[in-house]
Amino acid sequence: MVLVPKLAAESGRPVRLPEPAAAFAVRGLTVSYGQKPAVFSVDMNVPEGSMTGIIGPNGAGKSTLLKAALGLQSALAGGATAFGRPVAEVRDRIAYVPQRASVDWDFPTRVIDVVEMGLYRDVGLLGRFRPRHRAKATDALARVGMTDFAGRQIGQLSGGQQQRVFLARALAQSADLYLLDEPFAGVDAATEKAIIAVLKGLKDEGKTVVAVHHDLSTVTAYFDRVLLLNVRKIAEGPVGEAFTAETLREAYGGRLVTAEVPGLVAAV
Amino acid sequence: MLFDALTLGLGYNASLVTLGATALGIAAGVTGTFLYLRKRALVSDAISHATLPGVALAFIVAVALGGDGRSLPVLLLGSAISAGLGLLAVQWLATRTRLTEDAAIGAVLSVFFGLGIVLLTVIQTLATAGQAGLEDFLLGSTAGMLRSEALLIAVGGALTLALTLILRRPMLMTAFDPAHAGAMGVNLNRTDIAMMGLVMAVTVVGLKIVGLILIVALLIIPPVAARFWSDRADRVVLLSGLIGGASGWIGAAISASAADVPTGPVIVLVAFVLFSLSFFLAPGRGVMAAALNAFAFRRRVHLRQGLLSLAHGQPIYESLTLRLLHRQGYAGRDGVPTDAGCAAAARARLDEERWAVVRADPSLELAAARYDGLTPLQEVLTADQVAEIDSRRARPEAAT
Repeated sequence: MVLVPKLAAESGRPVRLPEPAAAFAVRGLTVSYGQKPAVFSVDMNVPEGSMTGIIGPNGAGKSTLLKAALGLQSALAGGATAFGRPVAEVRDRIAYVPQRASVDWDFPTRVIDVVEMGLYRDVGLLGRFRPRHRAKATDALARVGMTDFAGRQIGQLSGGQQQRVFLARALAQSADLYLLDEPFAGVDAATEKAIIAVLKGLKDEGKTVVAVHHDLSTVTAYFDRVLLLNVRKIAEGPVGEAFTAETLREAYGGRLVTAEVPGLVAAV
Repeated sequence: MLFDALTLGLGYNASLVTLGATALGIAAGVTGTFLYLRKRALVSDAISHATLPGVALAFIVAVALGGDGRSLPVLLLGSAISAGLGLLAVQWLATRTRLTEDAAIGAVLSVFFGLGIVLLTVIQTLATAGQAGLEDFLLGSTAGMLRSEALLIAVGGALTLALTLILRRPMLMTAFDPAHAGAMGVNLNRTDIAMMGLVMAVTVVGLKIVGLILIVALLIIPPVAARFWSDRADRVVLLSGLIGGASGWIGAAISASAADVPTGPVIVLVAFVLFSLSFFLAPGRGVMAAALNAFAFRRRVHLRQGLLSLAHGQPIYESLTLRLLHRQGYAGRDGVPTDAGCAAAARARLDEERWAVVRADPSLELAAARYDGLTPLQEVLTADQVAEIDSRRARPEAAT
């Protein structure tokens, strides 16, 4: 909790310094499938310029949390803000990377076409694609090392390459907040390295990154903050405080997961 | 005769029908592509069958009010209303109940169609003058089409086409990746409703020419045929419109030049012929191209394996490999390499060694991903890169 110092203006009225708006904040979010809550009353605060991992077992509601925060899934209660405003008002500043498996990769579209879909808000319903749009798209492809594949049909790519294309589409948006759903699922080691390098580059530019992640062994290396989730919030904060043997045991229900995490073994 | 029909030289009425059918075909092909890419092609079947009770009720209401029951605008308005209700019913069943969409389609389609048939029978027993002709909406009928009717169809088709093109970006994004489209601010619900509305418009416009039972073919066959020819959505849309338009044009011309051949079914059959041609002949995705590619690939694999065996001085046992080597002039019938064979074998071996260097170097990972055991490295890397690889190959200790 950030304590905001109270100042007195000359008029004598107390003046509140503007609270630094979280880049991404979730308040009391509850989502349910039928009668079964998938996410229950979750709060989340992501400071600007941080890199947060959403961690939890299968079925913990990690993806659901992101989808509901973005309004892609109706929430029973609560909602999300980005940069202090409702998500729907700041979509220009948010880039979302859905799970790779959610898409039909036989769709008739080329790599460059997919990346250009990230420019929809720029180009608009009827606007023309101008050279500066093309430049943005090719630049985004270059940042994920996929320039040579621009003209390929997306079905001809490997899983890792498909994930890079998804990331490039998000980069083309030049957003300030990046929400990624399992960006490392089913990708090769080189792609994982390339993606994490791009994400860390974004963070260094002061952008905010939130990623759903399932590989416990890399959490400490990749993220500076975590949200441990299992339907309810288990822990949230800097990795050193929130990502402990104790919180992990609580999130994963006593299953032996702490052994997977280097550095935590001693604490068990 | 057919040539006259194709060039609109077969009289006023036939020309009207041909132009109307072409406009309808283009609109159906383009709109249908988005439906197909959204994987909801069968919803159009429910929509089209749901038009029938609307047609019948519109007739009854018009006659009861003392109007002309056969006025096309009135009948189309009725059909649009009941098709809209059918569409809502499918949506509601699929999203608000545990029924899946295919079950919802089946239920709505049969109930609405059954109701429509009952109403048609009722109209026949009413015995008012001029009730004849409503059955034509089942399979379409172009005999005695009026100028105003053809104009209505052409304008309706053009409007639908224009709206579809305006909405193409959100519709494509929703079809490819709804989650991303939604996060970008595309209203998924409204986009889907708009798409279905456009399909409904095409259906209603096409009732007179193709009929409600077959209109679904004009919405689905052109995009499926077009998909064989291109891996780009914009081109699939364009081609689908062309295939739909050609089907309408040729089909209407054939039916005009032969006596008693119904227009709608002929249009659909022409579309099917175009589909079959695409299915067999299209490069890349067509059946013949796939077979040829598989055959060529097999030969390349055998040839490469044979050359590598020659390079390593190993015996070759497979007769196909021997035959291929012989035919290329690389070896005699007995498998003894010729001079050309020795050179080619050395090249293959060199290429294999270069690839080994590339695949061992993580910084060349993207190039290494293109290794298939066949493609020469020169086609993947530039000449200076290959030279650099060769320098490393010569001094293996320097590579690390």
